[in-house]
Amino acid sequence: MSGGVDSAVAAARAVEAGHDVVGVHLALSRMPGTLRTGARGCCTIEDSMDAQRAATMLGIPYYVWDFSERFKSDVVDDFIAEYQAGRTPNPCMRCNEKIKFAALMEKAIALGFDAVCTGHYANVVPDVNGNLELHRASAWAKDQSYVLGVLTSDQLAHAMFPLGDTPSKDLIRAEAAERGLSVAQKPDSHDICFIPDGDTRGWLADRVGITEGDIVDTEGNKLGTHEGTPGFTIGQRKGLHIGTPAPDGLPRFVLEIRPKTNTVVVGPKEALDIIEIAGTSFTWCGEPQENPENEFDVEVQIRAHADPVPAVALLVGGELVVRPANPLNSVAAGQTAVIYVGTRVLGQFTIARTVSDLNVVATA
Amino acid sequence: MVAYLDHAASTPVRPEATKAFTDALVHAGNPSSVHRHGQAARALVEDAREYLATVVGCQPIEVIFTSGGTESINLALVGLFRAAVEKDAKRNRIVVPEAEHHATLDTVLWLQEHEGAVLEWIPVDKQGRIDVVELQDTLERAGTAVALVTMLWANNEVGTIQPVTEIAALAAEHQVPLHIDAVSAFGHIPINFAQIRTESGATGNAGLVALSISGHKFGSVPGVGALVVSREALLEPLIHGGGQQRGLRSGTLDAPAISSMAIAALVTDKAFEQEHARLLSLRDATIGKIQALVPSAVLSGDPQNRLDNNVNFTFPGCQSDSLLFLLDAMGVSVSTGSACQAGVAQPSHVLLAMGHDEREASSALRISLGHTTTQEELDEFLDALPDAVERALQAGTTV
Repeated sequence: MSGGVDSAVAAARAVEAGHDVVGVHLALSRMPGTLRTGARGCCTIEDSMDAQRAATMLGIPYYVWDFSERFKSDVVDDFIAEYQAGRTPNPCMRCNEKIKFAALMEKAIALGFDAVCTGHYANVVPDVNGNLELHRASAWAKDQSYVLGVLTSDQLAHAMFPLGDTPSKDLIRAEAAERGLSVAQKPDSHDICFIPDGDTRGWLADRVGITEGDIVDTEGNKLGTHEGTPGFTIGQRKGLHIGTPAPDGLPRFVLEIRPKTNTVVVGPKEALDIIEIAGTSFTWCGEPQENPENEFDVEVQIRAHADPVPAVALLVGGELVVRPANPLNSVAAGQTAVIYVGTRVLGQFTIARTVSDLNVVATA
Repeated sequence: MVAYLDHAASTPVRPEATKAFTDALVHAGNPSSVHRHGQAARALVEDAREYLATVVGCQPIEVIFTSGGTESINLALVGLFRAAVEKDAKRNRIVVPEAEHHATLDTVLWLQEHEGAVLEWIPVDKQGRIDVVELQDTLERAGTAVALVTMLWANNEVGTIQPVTEIAALAAEHQVPLHIDAVSAFGHIPINFAQIRTESGATGNAGLVALSISGHKFGSVPGVGALVVSREALLEPLIHGGGQQRGLRSGTLDAPAISSMAIAALVTDKAFEQEHARLLSLRDATIGKIQALVPSAVLSGDPQNRLDNNVNFTFPGCQSDSLLFLLDAMGVSVSTGSACQAGVAQPSHVLLAMGHDEREASSALRISLGHTTTQEELDEFLDALPDAVERALQAGTTV
């Protein structure tokens, strides 16, 4: 229970369904702030108090469990290391993979619980053989199946998402108000919970340090300098400050970040059009695809709120290769690609290699 | 079934204290008003002051009522420090043991941060005993620059009782005021303020001058405490206003709460011998049974010279919060003993000061007994413990 409205209503529904429910708030920092600031809805003492208040209203016991060490090593340090390696990590996914449905779930099961119930918008449903599948939430706009794509069969068996079939967030807020939960109108949280002011670039600069480096084109010609690679994102156009225009006079975009040489590679928009993504670090969500060596039809989604794109996928020599029907835009190594069949999450992989429409291959 | 074994956090209000509180509530009148209504309220407060003075062995005028232990400790530390510095700017050092309560630690750290206090930390040994030799050396080295010495009479987490008279004598000898935090000791160790002053050779502002207590630790309604302040102490007030209580603590006196605390103190004192023997016997039996049930558990604190109501063990491989949860699920309320931040058990700073590592310091359970504790409650706890430990071991540690 983060202290937000979703987990409070999820807990309420679990209680109502007759489960023996205990509220747990994760302490992810040893030095939490006192008051909530901006759009964040977790991790401060105020949020912890909101969670406790909700638990009290529901008549369930409430505890704070300290995962600050694990969170630091598995999520925060990983986030920094990934950026340093030139990749674009998704810390929420990492937190689901390593904390909520791993460290927390293992501890809960050892302490005698059957499941971890969260306020995520997604559905776990059995297939005809009784195998559990993860599906998108009924409300497309709120669907969070992307960030849960890392869950395995075992984890699905111990996960409960009571909000998955709710048509809209407004209904959740209305339900919270009806249940007398004080968090009914609490703002949604956004961005990265451990970067309190939302300034990812400044936060990273404080931790990894920044040094000036070159901005180059795909041929390696120097076009300008940058103040440091942290915070650049693939597809970025603004803030490059390149004096000389491109020969064709068209704008240039960030294509690749190379932290080892402290270089930012820029090029034309077309070079951002990615026709193939691949990675060796993949997991199946539930039952694996049969004969994945043969091409199979999927939809691929590369960001939490991106539209899915029809694609074909196949496994080649241990590498999962996905070729979208239409080029994907602004893909960065380190991002997670989640593949779907209809509403079902089939699996996910970390993008390690991309091929652009101009046949520029980038790896990280 | 329910077992409440966290009396060191707060002990149930004694029926006599409840009655004193509700009886006082029906009186109109501010104790500082001159009319008869005011005088009636004042009588309640002054009766209470006399009762409490009798119990702690001081003069009634030396009892300053506060809102509780934390305020008493703040008044003593900040008040003694400011008075000392005002008199002699070079007297800016505070001698403080490492295993004190957070009410002390956070206050002296605040004084360091904001008012230039220099902290002289005194280590504790593996059983939580203050290193008296180090304290003596510090006073010999820096005595003329010391504003005050502060210490817990008995450690609130691990129960270790400190050599109070010995340290009071050292303070007196070096002409330094001493504050004793007796919040956890009151009701479990006989306290005689004047006797300590006499035996340790206190004169004027040197030696024991202030002692903190908190009502809800011995059966009063919560929200009331006292600081015993020697009439010869030099101490600046924190709260200014109507000039009540020698000008050391302004603010309308809370007659019902003060009455409640005084009656709780009287009842506690009257029953002391019998209750002390009863708690000692329950405590030692419990320690023995825990050792038999969980051979890997390690008793923290001084095995003999400890509070009659304190049992504190570390459970290697377990995390306190797991144990706490599992026992709570079985109706048994105990504590990790250490301070919480937003409900998160931190590794115990007391156990860290005693030389334990972070993991050990996060594996402690404090079982604290009190006036309502029964053998049946302890049996509930002991019945639940082995399974809780086994499950907590499986859950492992995240520290």
